[in-house]
Amino acid sequence: MSDYGITGFGAYVPRLRLARAAIANAHGWMAPSLKGLAKGERSFASWDEDSITMAVEAARDCLAKQKRDSISGLTLASTTFPYADLQNSVIAAGALGLSAQAGTSDIGGSQRAGVAGLVQALRRGEGDHLFVAADRLHAKPASTMEMTYGAGAAAFRLGSEGVVARLLGAGSVLAQFVDHFRSSDVSYDYFWEERWIRDEGYAKLIPQAVKHALADAGLAIAEIQTLVLASPLKGAAGTIGKTLGFTGEIADGLDSAVGYTGLAHPLLMLAGALQTAKPGDRILTIGFGQGAEALILEVTDAVAEYAPKRGLAAVIADKIVTSDYLRMLSFYRGVELEWGMRGEAAGKAALTTLYRESYQLSAFVAGKCKACGFVQFPQLAYCVNPECRSPSGQFIAHPLTDEPAKVLTYTADWLSYYPAPPLHVGFVQFDIGARLLMETVDIGPEGIDTGTPLRVVFRIKEPDKIRSFNRYFWKTTPISKGV
Amino acid sequence: MASGIKDKVAIIGMGCSKFGERWDAGSEALLAEAFDEALADAGIGREQIEAAWFGSCIDSVNVGNSAIPASTALRLDGIPFSRMENMCATGTETLRGAAYAVASGAVDFALAIGVEKLKDTGYGGLPPAYKGTFNDLWLPLGSAPAGFAQLAAGYRGKYGVSREDLKRGLAHVSWKSHQNGVDSPKAHLRKPVAMETILNAPMIAEPLGLYDCCGVSDGAAAAIVTTPEIARALGKKDLVTIKAIQLSISSGIESTTNLWDGSYVRNTRAAATRAYTEAGITKPREQLSLMEVHDCFSITELVTMEDLFISKDGEAVTDVLDGFYDRDGGGIPCQVDGGLKCFGHPIGASGLRMAYENYTQLLGRAGKRQLSNPSLGLSHNLGGVPYLGIAAISILGLA
Repeated sequence: MSDYGITGFGAYVPRLRLARAAIANAHGWMAPSLKGLAKGERSFASWDEDSITMAVEAARDCLAKQKRDSISGLTLASTTFPYADLQNSVIAAGALGLSAQAGTSDIGGSQRAGVAGLVQALRRGEGDHLFVAADRLHAKPASTMEMTYGAGAAAFRLGSEGVVARLLGAGSVLAQFVDHFRSSDVSYDYFWEERWIRDEGYAKLIPQAVKHALADAGLAIAEIQTLVLASPLKGAAGTIGKTLGFTGEIADGLDSAVGYTGLAHPLLMLAGALQTAKPGDRILTIGFGQGAEALILEVTDAVAEYAPKRGLAAVIADKIVTSDYLRMLSFYRGVELEWGMRGEAAGKAALTTLYRESYQLSAFVAGKCKACGFVQFPQLAYCVNPECRSPSGQFIAHPLTDEPAKVLTYTADWLSYYPAPPLHVGFVQFDIGARLLMETVDIGPEGIDTGTPLRVVFRIKEPDKIRSFNRYFWKTTPISKGV
Repeated sequence: MASGIKDKVAIIGMGCSKFGERWDAGSEALLAEAFDEALADAGIGREQIEAAWFGSCIDSVNVGNSAIPASTALRLDGIPFSRMENMCATGTETLRGAAYAVASGAVDFALAIGVEKLKDTGYGGLPPAYKGTFNDLWLPLGSAPAGFAQLAAGYRGKYGVSREDLKRGLAHVSWKSHQNGVDSPKAHLRKPVAMETILNAPMIAEPLGLYDCCGVSDGAAAAIVTTPEIARALGKKDLVTIKAIQLSISSGIESTTNLWDGSYVRNTRAAATRAYTEAGITKPREQLSLMEVHDCFSITELVTMEDLFISKDGEAVTDVLDGFYDRDGGGIPCQVDGGLKCFGHPIGASGLRMAYENYTQLLGRAGKRQLSNPSLGLSHNLGGVPYLGIAAISILGLA
């Protein structure tokens, strides 16, 4: 047993959900069997969300209003990183305003890497660490995966103080078992037959990993209260639970409202399980892929003291449901639509400027003038207050990411090129006095008006489609009522 | 204490090309069209021009950087020729440059000329503006109508005007200008448009529909200036002089602080206050004979009526619906030539095109749209966006 463990947890699921019936209807002419899966909704990332932005949002949910200065490391896990050579976790660390001394690493390569990475980080037990997993899986149109996949992220803060769940034991097994794969240069997964994956893969490999983990923890399966087993295969968790002789609670697979979020999925389910767990509960979490990983955690009394900013249930409830299948397909670049000549704009970022201004752009850091108190973004050479005009050298850094804000002015722009028209743009007035023109995203059928409360979200500002480089910045989204 | 520009400079010649989708003409030909008319009007030779200012805004669809393309097009050899770009204030800026050169005594004759060739983009509306490497990293993309549409939300919020009432006011602004455009031979759009058509047009940027947006056109305009003394020596009788030219540019107050409520344009108010002082105007609502304001979008014109201190704050909608700004409404006729609404907005030319209408009206040369005995005409440009922009005002009058 270790003093080191999970001290916080958070979740993110994109607000956008597609009714699965819309996917089945679109493909009914050639794949009528998809109708059998056409229940509920799947989450999908907006055009401006990727594994980095979702990871940042999950981490923000986890960190809530806690201080971040002591965080000494960030691990980002994904199989869908936007960059192959450019550390994705550094971009996330910048957005989260982590210390420049924080160690960062990207891990991935398998859907097992989420649980495996968390086990390794817990075993290392090094300092105040942030472990985040995110995936934005692409599925070929009309595939079963298009029905079952979703998008999302989960985040865990690890440390020795305020531990809400401690590591009891873990075990793993590796196997040359290729249930699916995706080569580096292709977009979609290639799958083998589900029955074989279930019977030869899950049913034989998972029990081996669980056996090692139970031995490591010195426990019997009867002493586990919750099983977290993520799978794109329907009913897999129940079947494996029986194989394991498990009689406790099987964590909700989030099929009806989210869909399978790849490497992040077991951790997303774990974040949900932790939120409802009682002190003393033991949770067994499984990761699968070229073998299996099993992690056993024990919930502590401190769980009552901790709350993520929103938590999984609220994140799932905060949704905009659409039946526009082509909207998702377009966001996932599965179809090339005619955007007109305005869509030809290049979007090249000056990397020199990006670096020079990162101190204020990355974590949305306004400057608070020591002389007059005005909070302002962007920070230029002199204070913007006409009565002050003091040099900005004395500004105090003041991030706007968690400041309350409202719509001052807005419009819905149908003329500009925008991948999710219309572009909602307008002045955001922060209660603290700062003001700037911002994009507002994920607006539901209720629309927005002057005075609508907003929160700040991390997104892709503009992709450079020619050079495949995203510039990231902060946008706003209306705060949904009741969630 | 500076004495200002009032009556120190006379306009002795102006020219304006036919505005429109000038598939037949490049920037050089449009410049020549305006230049020839201005020279003939002034009654001087090309070789007498001693300094020139050339206005053009969008490099990618015009003639590129510098004044070289203009000096080459007009065959003005070896004189100081400067290129001016200050967004939608560009045309007025060229007039300011030429006027200051004459007023300073540096030259006797100066040329202001501007052109834009918007119909070489391949699509409607203005091309997206490049904002610089830093702003591009955080400022949202947004079209020109999206920038100006913000005013509608701010205005409604401040005065509690309903969406419907504001939309009716905006529709009247556009309806009136289209009526005026019918009698304006050089305008691009010359057909009256029914109120219903305006109200039911497709949305461009809420609440601005298609007819709330000005046309997109090619065009050029020019002015030749000298001192009043030289003008009289040339035999000019009815002399149009510059009464004021003022600009105001944002420093970030509107867009970065909560010192602005989103319902008006701070720069227009600052420029108007200084322009009225420079021109000696104390009661603009009574003293001005006509106005050519920057009606890039209907909401801009509506708010401008308050920012120029013609309508009281919150009363522009009422004044507009009462017909105060109509050509025969008994108030101050506004956009007598049809405005940007009917001429479109070839950016480098627009300020000069507006001055051209005031000049033409003051000299009684406006034909079917001639007003009775005008004495003071104001023109107004708004560059950039209402909250981060440039206001330019020029006032012309009979000497």
